[in-house]
Amino acid sequence: MTIAQKQEELVEAFSEFDEWLDKYEYLIEMGKALPSFPEEKKTDERLIKGCQSRVWLDAQTVDGKVVFSADSDAIITRGIIAMLIEVYSNRTPEEILQADEQFIDQIGLRENLSPTRQNGLLSMMQTIRLLAETAAQAEKAQA
Amino acid sequence: MTTQEFRDLFPILKRKVYGKDLVYLDNAATSQRPQSVLDKFLRLSRESNANIYRAVHKLSAEATDAYEQAREAARAFINAGSREEIIFTSGCTAAINTVAYSFGQAFVQAGDTIVVGEGEHHSNLVPWQLLCERTGASLRILPIDDKGHWDLSTLKELLLAGKSGEGAAGAPQRVKLVAVTHISNVLGLVNPVEEVIRLSHAAGVPVLVDGAQGIVHERVDVQAMDCDFYAFSGHKVYAATGTGVLYGKKQWLEQMPPFLSGGEMVGTVTLDHADFAGLPHKFEAGTGNFASIATFPEAFETALMARDPDIADACESVCAYLEEALRARGDVRLYGEPGTIADAATGASRPAYRRAGVFSFTIDGVHHEDVAQVLDKMGIAVRSGLMCAEPVIRHFGVNGMVRASLAPYNTMEEAETFIKCLDKAVNLLR
Repeated sequence: MTIAQKQEELVEAFSEFDEWLDKYEYLIEMGKALPSFPEEKKTDERLIKGCQSRVWLDAQTVDGKVVFSADSDAIITRGIIAMLIEVYSNRTPEEILQADEQFIDQIGLRENLSPTRQNGLLSMMQTIRLLAETAAQAEKAQA
Repeated sequence: MTTQEFRDLFPILKRKVYGKDLVYLDNAATSQRPQSVLDKFLRLSRESNANIYRAVHKLSAEATDAYEQAREAARAFINAGSREEIIFTSGCTAAINTVAYSFGQAFVQAGDTIVVGEGEHHSNLVPWQLLCERTGASLRILPIDDKGHWDLSTLKELLLAGKSGEGAAGAPQRVKLVAVTHISNVLGLVNPVEEVIRLSHAAGVPVLVDGAQGIVHERVDVQAMDCDFYAFSGHKVYAATGTGVLYGKKQWLEQMPPFLSGGEMVGTVTLDHADFAGLPHKFEAGTGNFASIATFPEAFETALMARDPDIADACESVCAYLEEALRARGDVRLYGEPGTIADAATGASRPAYRRAGVFSFTIDGVHHEDVAQVLDKMGIAVRSGLMCAEPVIRHFGVNGMVRASLAPYNTMEEAETFIKCLDKAVNLLR
C-alpha cells in the first residue's frame, strides 16, 4: 500500500465517526496499539520540540527504508504519532519526502486539537521529514 | 436573587459547543460578561466615541465622564481612599510591571532584596526577576509547603536579615518590597495576606498584593487590608478585556516616576524637558482603553449582586461538592488544602487558606492535556498545563495540572456534569 493509499484509508476510517469524541477514541486506540518504546531511548535528542506533552521519535534505516518508533506521555498525542507512523514508517526517504500532508486536514485533526497540540502536530511532521532527509543524505554518502 | 437569575445575566452561558450545553469552568482565566457590560461597551462605542480628557466637544466630555465614573466605581469597589490612587492599566500584568519599573526606579538598588511568594503567577514573578537583573538587587522566595501554605517564619527571617544586613544600628532595610498573591491561580486558597502585610510593615517594608484572583472571590478593602499596592484585571470580574487597575497608596505613587511616557501624562513640555501631570494621570500615558474601562460600574455592580446570600450559599455548596467528589476519587490528587494559621494577636489558631472556587488536580496515569481535550469535546471548558505559574506546578513534582475554576453563575448541575464527564474522560483515556 502506498503512502497515498494509506492516507486515504485513514481519512475513510475517521469519516465513519460523526462525533469527535469517537474519533478521539479511535486515535487513542491507535496510541494504545503502538509498540512499547524502550525507556533508554527517551532522550532529549529524540524529544520533539514544540509539544506540550512530551513526544519522543526515533528513526532507523533498515534495507533502505526509514523505520520510525515513538512514544508520548499523553495518550492522544501518542495516538497522533502512532497514526503518522502508520503512514510514514517503513518507507524510503524519497517516498516520505514526496508525500503530501493533506490527509491531516481531511480528517479534520488540526482544527480539533488545541493550539498547543496543533503546534505539536506541526513539529511531529517536520521531524519526520527531517529524519527522512537525514536518511536520504546518509544513503547518498554511502553510494 | 437565585443563581439561575444571576446566570441569566450572561448571554454566552446559553450557547452550545459541539451541540452540547457549554459548561464554562475556566473562570480563573477570564469571567464571562453580563449583558449590562456588553451594552455599555457598545453604547459608548456607538454614541460617545471620542478621545478622553483632550477635547472640549460633547462626545469627548461624555467619554471622559464615563471614564471617571469607572474610576469612582473602582475606588468604591476596593474602598480606596481617593481617585488619585486608582491607576487604569491594560490588566493586572501591566499594573504589576508599572510598580516593578517605577517603584524599582525610585527605591531599589544593588544589594537590595525583593521578596516574592513561591506560588506566584509569572506576572508577579518575572517583573521582579527583571527588576533584579536591571538593578543588581536579589530575589528572595517566601516558600510554600505541600498544602500550599506560606512559611511565614521564613518571611520573618528575611525581613530581619534585611534590617541587620549591614550590621550597624540604624542601617536601612534592604528588603524593599514584598510581592505576594491574594489567591493563587493554581491553588485557589485565600492567602493570609494581612499577616504578610503586618509583618512586613513592622519591618518597614511595603507590600504589593496580586489581586487577579482575590478581587473575584474576596471583598477587598484596601484600607482595611493596608496593602501598599493592589493589582487586578477587569476581565476576571465581568468587565471588558484589556482592563486593569493598579491601586497604590498616594505616598508611594507620588514618589514614583512615570512608567510609560507620552500624551496626557505631562504638565508642561518643552523640547528638552517635561514635568508630569498629577495622579493618577502621571501613570496613564496615551489614550486609555476607555470603552472597555467604562464597563467597570456595570461589572462591579454584577460582582456585588453575586454577594447575595442565596447565591453565595449556592456557590459554597457547589465548591463543597466538587472538593468532596474530587477527593472521593482515589486516583485524583487535588492541590492546595484549607488550613489554619496562628492569630498574630492571640496566638490562637484560626481558619485560613479557604478554597475559593479553584480546583487544580492531576489524575494518576492520565495526562492533564488529554483530560482537558476530551472534556472540551463534551462541552466543558477547563484549563490545563502550567497555568502561567510554572514554579508552583513544579513544586508539586508534576508537569501540569487540570484546573476547574468556578464563578457564581456555575450551577450544581454543571458541577455534577463535570464530575460525570471527568469519569467518562478518564475511562476513555486509560
